[in-house]
Formats: sequence, structure tokens, C-alpha cells
Amino acid sequence: MARQEKKRDVVIVGLGWTGAIIGKELADEGLDVLALERGHDQDTVPNFQYPDMIDELKYGIRLKMMQKPSQQTVTIRRTESETALPYRSLGSFLPGNGVGGAGTHWNGLNWRPQAEELRLRSYISERWGEGIIPEDMTIGDYPVSYDEMEPFFTRFEKVAGISGTAGNLNGQRREGGNPFEAWRSEEYPMPAMPTTYDGHKFAEAARAMGYHPFPAPGGIASTSYVNEYGMQMGPCNHCGFCERYGCYQYSKSSPQTTILDALRRMPNFEYRTESEVLRVEMAADGRTATGVTYFDEKAGEEVFQPADIVVLASYQLNNVHLMLLSGIGQPYNAVTGEGVTGKNYAYQMNGGVTMFFKDEHFNPFVGTGANGMCIDDFGINNIDFGAEGFIGGAYWRSGQTNGQPIRSMPLPSGTPAWGADWKAAVGEWYGHAMSIGTHGSCMSYATNHLDLDPTYTDRHGRPLMRMTFNWNPNDIRMTQFMKGKAEEVARTMNPDLMQSSFKSEGAQYDVRPYQTTHNTGGHIMSESPTTGAVNKFSQAWDKHNVFITGAGNFVQNIQYNPTGLVGGLAYHTAHAIRTQYLSNPRNLV
Amino acid sequence: MTDLPGLPSRRSFLKASAAGAALSGFALSAKAQAPQPPVPLDQYEREYLNGVEWAFVLAAVSRLIPSEGDGPGAIEARVPVFIDRQLAGDYGAASDWYMEGPFQPDADPLRGWQTPLNPAQIYREAIPLVDQWCTDQHGAIFADLDDDVQDAVLTALQKNEAGLAPELKDFFTILLANTKEGYLSDPMYGGNHDMQAWVYVGFPGARANYKEWVDRFNVEYPLGPVSIKGERA
Repeated sequence: MARQEKKRDVVIVGLGWTGAIIGKELADEGLDVLALERGHDQDTVPNFQYPDMIDELKYGIRLKMMQKPSQQTVTIRRTESETALPYRSLGSFLPGNGVGGAGTHWNGLNWRPQAEELRLRSYISERWGEGIIPEDMTIGDYPVSYDEMEPFFTRFEKVAGISGTAGNLNGQRREGGNPFEAWRSEEYPMPAMPTTYDGHKFAEAARAMGYHPFPAPGGIASTSYVNEYGMQMGPCNHCGFCERYGCYQYSKSSPQTTILDALRRMPNFEYRTESEVLRVEMAADGRTATGVTYFDEKAGEEVFQPADIVVLASYQLNNVHLMLLSGIGQPYNAVTGEGVTGKNYAYQMNGGVTMFFKDEHFNPFVGTGANGMCIDDFGINNIDFGAEGFIGGAYWRSGQTNGQPIRSMPLPSGTPAWGADWKAAVGEWYGHAMSIGTHGSCMSYATNHLDLDPTYTDRHGRPLMRMTFNWNPNDIRMTQFMKGKAEEVARTMNPDLMQSSFKSEGAQYDVRPYQTTHNTGGHIMSESPTTGAVNKFSQAWDKHNVFITGAGNFVQNIQYNPTGLVGGLAYHTAHAIRTQYLSNPRNLV
Repeated sequence: MTDLPGLPSRRSFLKASAAGAALSGFALSAKAQAPQPPVPLDQYEREYLNGVEWAFVLAAVSRLIPSEGDGPGAIEARVPVFIDRQLAGDYGAASDWYMEGPFQPDADPLRGWQTPLNPAQIYREAIPLVDQWCTDQHGAIFADLDDDVQDAVLTALQKNEAGLAPELKDFFTILLANTKEGYLSDPMYGGNHDMQAWVYVGFPGARANYKEWVDRFNVEYPLGPVSIKGERA
């Protein structure tokens, strides 16, 4: 018999970016809010403090800030005919764990989508005709437009403390910013970060070829900053420990640095850690949720937590898993195309060119997660899909994020993996390389999806979630296009050596090397209940008091890092709950 | 000069200076702080590896990152100590990993770790088999072979041509990864002794403060590394 706790107005599953945003906004509304966090509590002090955080082995390699597969993982297969096998040790993607979630250990790259990305199917149909969209490509329009979302993107950037240079202020092009970005109503809250030598070299080469370089926008403070919640950030010292680390000096945007201390002080907010939600409980009529059942790690028992509103604010994979386990939305069937939960899982298609300069010094340990210079000349709104034969695009960036030598040791191709020649090469080449990365879109397909695994279970006896994912020819063509263009730019820089790493035709998904944690889709937004799991306000179509946030909402992945869109959508959802739902709980669409 | 009890010996400092080439001003204080030289590898008290395994690891890492040429080898960096401690800890036990069956160890390598064994068990099961294979092929266990034969055996392991069962096929991959980790991680884990590998490649370790260096383009950073515990090299 599960223990039962006192009923709350709102229970939030997961205390990362979107849990903190929704929690703060609804607590400001006067609601009694409880957040349940699967992992441990953590804060800048003492958990991220210098020098203990500056430990590549513990955090960069052994991944001690990440989700433990022993607690939660997925199974993965490339095709329907393959048997899915567990993702036993982390590699390809790294979900976070603990208070702050992946918002603590990200690199800080913060982008808005292009306006065209939010209405991709319509954009393509209008310009080239629906016929160029492959039959199994299940891309769509988001049920929200860029113009509707703009105030919420601005709000998130101001809360999170983003540094950057606007390229399009209310329709006015601005020198030094991204000329291909959609309009923004305000400048970034902080000026752009300075860039290291590699970004500078890249920008010069790109400019000489007629491209339009601009500084990467990022949640890395370039100056002192206080946000609307009274949270203070301090300027970054370019220590080079962002990705996989918590920031020890209040410089990187995270729930800890921008929201949580303000939220913790509120008497109508409570959070419980080591509380893993097992399922969402439903009312007898199946139309609303009554609360959640969680496992209290300290007491070693199940607890029923009643609530009027349930917000799933966990990581994308976990949100979808909980929905499948709880019967939220009909599970997607890849054969019939029916059902919504688990549909349109997508990932990210990245590539890169590395250049070696024997006699130049890059000091690669000088960096930030969002360091460097970008171009968007090959973005989605800038490519003739009809002529090029693919749908998608990529932004490029050159900037060093860290020089941690175990995992950041680029060596010329052909260098042996061990022995005297390997040792000579690390001595010769460390600090003499730079790269151009292309960060590209990944479309949604009927074949790439999420459901429950028939074989493997977690420690609570629940089926693991099964991911079916493989690379698709369209996205390979996109990245091969980027390869050709990026190598052209790299060659003009006259490196002593250069080499490329881009997926090529026939590439199979490899779960081992880190690629990106930009897992998207699975509980996508839609205009109608038959095509997606949630409406434009991230409200479950079939349970009106359940709201589901995060990158699972993405109809197809964008060409950028997802956090800016995730944050904007969370504010959009919070606004809808505050202004429309509370006064009259119902289906908002 | 009289040595004071509890303080570093002037004589051991001078010895260290003579041994190390091109010590910077920072190195002086580092050596002055070093309480005593580390236990020689043959007297090191092992936490996980048995004698046979220790002999194998010593021999293998000294070929993976040899002492010859510039920079320390894995032995000078005390990589075997690092590996022993890692295998004794939660990495060796795979305590963070999902290790429930059923297992499919012969799956396509692209599908990741699929053996029922954890890293510590893989070392334990693989090493005697490799030694046996060396004895069959070359008449001696791995540690007793010549350098070039050891290199050939490691190459066979790398290519999975040494007859190991699918459950053990990741042995070379983790051995090499652990060797590089021990070479380049913070010295508090037992490897990268005296931060020599960081000095060699030019990584400043846990300094983590480079605000003034962002726009010093193409100028080599001048300071040597510091460790998490505050040692300098």
C-alpha cells in the first residue's frame, strides 16, 4: 500500500530547466507547487565548487553528473527487424541527473529556431511543392508561429542571461549579428563573449569568402548580470570546463544560477529529491490525472502524490517513457502510422573539419562551452532544397570549448592509436589544431520512434523504453553538402594538415561515441489530437490537467541546439496555464 | 643545512632538481612540497590486480605508451597504479551501468557494451587467456616477451585476432582507454605522476582561469600545470 501525501495544486516531475521555469511561474501565481526530482540535490556551492569540479576523469570521462543507466536507460535498435539492446553505458547522448538536470552540464549554446523551421512543411510546400518531401518523412508545422513565440524566447533569454549580438532587431539588420536570424524584439541581455584565436581565424576566412560571421550566442555571462528573479551571474573566466560540468563561478546559465534560489525561498514551493516518479495516475473517467506515484529512495517505498495539475518536466526520453507507462496519448505504431506517443523521435546531424597548424598556438584549454564564431549562410532558410536534393541545414561554429586532454586530443588521421608514434603525436599536435563544426538538422521519419521494450525492465520492474533510430539518406545528403562547403573554407586557411568527419552514405547509428544530447520528439505538439500528443500549450490532448514540456515537443528537430526553443516553449506553457487554464480548467484547444 | 623533521629534505629536493630537466620556478615549490617519493611500482600495494595481472598490465602499458622518446611513458606516469585503483572502484564494478540480461556479447560493436562482464572481470578473465595464447604462440607469457613480439600481440588483440571470446572482446579497447586516462588525468588518481604528461603536452591542468588569454592570439601559454590538490609541476 503506497503512502499518500497531502494534495498539491501542482506536481512537477523533474527539476531541470522547464521544471524550474514552470515551478517559478506557477508559484508566483500563488499555487502550492511541489517538484519531484529523481536525482540528488546539487547547487553551485558546494557541489560545483573549484577545484573539485575541474576533474576531467570524474565528470568528463566517468560522467558523474549524468543519469546512471543502472537507474534508467533505454534499449536501442536501428531498424524494426533488429532486436533492441540496452544502452548499458553512456556514449552517444548524456541525459543529466539531479536538480538542474541537463541544464547544469550543457555547453550553454542558446539559439532561437528560424521562423521557417516552425512551419517547415508549409514553407517547403509553398516554395517547392509537397512532392519534394520523401514519403516516410513525417515533418510538419509547429502549432505555434515564430511571431507568437517571440516574447517567450525573449523572456527565456533574459532569465537565462544570454550573451550575444542581435542580427535582426525588429526587422532592422544589425552589423555583427546573424543576418539570417528571425526578428527579435530586444538585444541580448549581455554583449557577445570575446572569441579565441580559432574563431577569429575562421571568421576571417569565412568573411573573405563572402559569408557572414557572428559570435555564438550563449548562456555564458560576458559581464555581471542580474535577472528578473534577482539572480546574479558573474563574468566567465574562460576556464574551459562547461560541457559535462557544473559551473563553479555563477557564469553559465543553469536553473541553479538563474531560477532555483529565488524559487527555493518561496513558502508555497517545495521539492523532494531522490523521488523517482513511476507513473501518472488517472481518474476513473481517464480524462484527467489525479497525481503521480513515485518511489521515495530514502524511505524505500512508493508514495502517491495527489495534485490538480501534473507537469511532466523531465528529460525528453523520460517524459515519453512515463507517458507510455501511464497511458497518456495512444502509443505510436510505426507500421500503421497511427498513435501519437513516441512519434517523430529525432536527433541531430553534426559534422566537422579539423585543421592542424604546426607552428601556431591555440591554447585549447582557453574556452567556454559557447565560445567562437558562427555562420548561418547554410541554414535551413538559406538553402534551395529543390536544387540540392535534401531538406535541412546547419549552422557552423569554430570555437574551442575545452582542451581537456583525455577527450580533446585531435591527432592527424593515420596516427596510430598507441605506441611511440602516438606519444610523439600528442607531444607534437596538442594545442595546434582547430576545427569547424557543422551543427545540422535531423528530420522526423515514420521509422524513427519510441515505444516500450518487450524484454528489458528497470529496477522497478517497468519495461525500458525502446528507441528505434537510424540515420536517413536525406540527412546524410545534408551533412555531405556541408562537408563540401566546410572543406572549401578550411582549405583557404592553408593548414599543414586537415581532415573531415561527416556521416557518409550507409552510416549506421553507433551508440558509442558522444554525438549530442539533442534527443527530440516523442510527445510532439500538433494542431489536432490525431497527429501529436500535446497541443500548442504543451497540454496533453487526452488529459487536460497534464502538461508536458521539453524537446519532446519538437515536431522535428531544428538545426540549432534546442535549449532556446525548450525555454521559450516552457514560458509559453506557463503563460497559458496562468492566463487561461487556472480560471477554467479544460482543453485549451 | 640541517633537515627539519616533517619538512622536505634539502637533499631530496636537490636530487629531484638534478633529475628533472628544465624545471621552472613553480617546480621548486612543487618539489619542496612533495613529502616523499612514491612507492616504487614493484612495492606498490595493489587494490585489485593480482600478481599475474599486475605483471601483464606493467608490460602492456609500457608498450602502449613507451618510455622512449620525448615525454614520460606510461610507467613513469605510474599508469598501472591508476588502472589498479580504477578497477577496484565503481568503474571496475560498472556500478553506474545497466547490467541486466539477457546479454548479446557478439552484437555489432556499434551497439555498445553488451557483455555480462564488468571491466574488472574482463581484465581478470582476459589476462590469463592472453598469457596462455602468448605461451602457445610464442613460448612465454606476455610480460616475458620481447618488445616487438609484445607489440604484435597487442596488435592482434586490437584486431580481435587473439582468440578471445565475444564476452571479452572489449578488453583491448578498455585497456587502451584506461591507459590514456591514467596518463592524462589528474594525478590524485594515481597516474600522470608529477603531472609529467600534462607538462609534456602543454595542458595547464586545474588552473582554470584564462580571462586575459582569450585574445592573446597565437601566443603560447607560459605556465605549467597545477593539480586539483594544488601541486605544481
